[in-house]
Amino acid sequence: MAKLRVAIHKLTSCSGCQLAILNQGAQLLDLLEDIDIVHFIEGGLYEPDASVDLALIEGSVTTPEDLQRLQHARSNSKLLVSIGACATSGGVQALRNMQDERAWKQAIYAKPEFIDTLANSTPIKAHAKVDFELWGCPITIEQLNNLIRQLRFGTLPIDNKEKLCMECKRRQQVCVMVTRQAPCLGPVTRTACGALCPAFGRACYGCFGPSEQPNGKSLGKRFAGLGLMPAQIAQRFASIHSQSPDFNEQYHHWQALDPKLSEEDKQ
Amino acid sequence: MTQHFLPKQQLQLLIDCLRAEGYGVIGPKVKDDAIVFEELADATELPYGIEEDSAPGRYQLKKARHKRAFAFNTGPQGLKPFLFAPEQELWRAEHTDDGLIFRQSFPAIRPLAFIGLRACDLAALALQDKHFAEGPYPDPSYQAKRQQLFIVAVNCSRSASTCFCVSTGDGPSAESGFDLCLDELDRGYLINVGSDKGQRIADKLGLEAASGAKRAVATRQHQRAVQQQERQMPDEKTLMTLVDKLDDQRWQDIAERCLACGNCTSVCPTCFCSKQESHSDIKGQASSQVRLWDSCFSEQHSYIVGKVIRNEISQRYRQWVLHKLANWQLQYGRSGCVGCGRCIAWCPVAIDLVEEARALCLGDKP
Repeated sequence: MAKLRVAIHKLTSCSGCQLAILNQGAQLLDLLEDIDIVHFIEGGLYEPDASVDLALIEGSVTTPEDLQRLQHARSNSKLLVSIGACATSGGVQALRNMQDERAWKQAIYAKPEFIDTLANSTPIKAHAKVDFELWGCPITIEQLNNLIRQLRFGTLPIDNKEKLCMECKRRQQVCVMVTRQAPCLGPVTRTACGALCPAFGRACYGCFGPSEQPNGKSLGKRFAGLGLMPAQIAQRFASIHSQSPDFNEQYHHWQALDPKLSEEDKQ
Repeated sequence: MTQHFLPKQQLQLLIDCLRAEGYGVIGPKVKDDAIVFEELADATELPYGIEEDSAPGRYQLKKARHKRAFAFNTGPQGLKPFLFAPEQELWRAEHTDDGLIFRQSFPAIRPLAFIGLRACDLAALALQDKHFAEGPYPDPSYQAKRQQLFIVAVNCSRSASTCFCVSTGDGPSAESGFDLCLDELDRGYLINVGSDKGQRIADKLGLEAASGAKRAVATRQHQRAVQQQERQMPDEKTLMTLVDKLDDQRWQDIAERCLACGNCTSVCPTCFCSKQESHSDIKGQASSQVRLWDSCFSEQHSYIVGKVIRNEISQRYRQWVLHKLANWQLQYGRSGCVGCGRCIAWCPVAIDLVEEARALCLGDKP
């Protein structure tokens, strides 16, 4: 079987998801028996216009240049898969979508006119056809290898949207929401991290995005019952996947209830 | 049944005797703010002076004035994860020089003795036995683990606020299904023997007969635990009326609160649903078929031939409750609820199964 030709493109991101490829250690040699990586800046390979079977896109579309590179990547690939929070929902940098972008730019940069950005940070699927998504901040080695393995077997990759709680309980971890009243996003978040934060007694931050059927409305109410203020609840839902529709809805709902906002701001 | 007395400081002797018989001894410990069952090195690791405060969506350990080891009622686990593992390889397939080879996998099994299980845990064990060991397709690893099990039960001397085993007929004292059963008093333990295996261990302990006064204390403790229970599950006949309430508005009301996270089914000592996944190595040369705990609250659980049958949370909660409380009676001869209250305490949004069952069956207004 011919090797799979793969390009790994980076748009606006922290490059953490690309590490899922490099961090496998010796196993990378096994992976390379199945795939040819032709473009991968973090790995020192630069051939952005190569035609490939599979393009993995990390990062969100934040600049006009991102958009251009995405369009090239799409037209040069048979399959396009977005990897990580930035690519799937806009990422942490999409928090600015809900703020006055110009004011922030002026406040932070000495010469804001040098900053060439689009109005919003948006996920890949807002601009191009996406064949599959790997959610996570960052994605895991297992997610990536499973995708490649399933493509090699010729099967459809499994889109695991199971809730984090299931994995947490399979690991026999004690529920931090019940024992510590911690505002855990586990009940509305996709599994894949191995319920990492609850394993250390911390509430889930929602790194892997909304799960199947996330009842954010009920969970938000429960957070309020545990003593969180509306703005704190809004921030819980906003932090990593603020632009995913399910979490975005909760963000706006709780933000609007923040007593600190003036009536004008609420509109 | 003759009752014996084991002084408090000799509990270690019981552990030593079990270990000498080849058992790994598992008992309650405090870990991550809860009572969990783990291997005990010695009796000092037991949760002396610890009780739990439980309420819907809440479980908090607190220090009590006494120094008893078994004053708690339940932790999140029970016995289930030890016999029905949350993740277990069932078989493997490998490419070899002789072609594709399939091999059944079998976990390493060693005899385990559990100290501190309650009447509700034993009732749940009997139900899991019916499902995993006594049906037409028994699970060989469950059976093997089950056969080697030694059980030291403890009768509850108090009830947590989430307990309702009296109404299901499963507690608070154990009547059968144990090898040894303890009543914990301030200065020691009354011991009942429930099997030949149990007798063998009891003989090694050099026990004295229990005085009438000590037995009277145990009886009073039992009565107190009974009286402390605040919740009452409707009786089995009443629960059967749930099958006529498929369209009740209450299912929608519950679905607004329910996260469909599966915590209730994971901590439930009788829930047994699973799913299977194929895990392949990176080269595609070997594949492992793994059984994982699943839940009727998961979307994939009702996925059949291209369609999710129970797409709404209301349908999933209804499925769980109808199966557990009503249809188990047809399947296993009794309701699937043993009154341990775990699903109430460990629900992140504080849904109370008893309250919901009463609202549906009896029209109680919560």
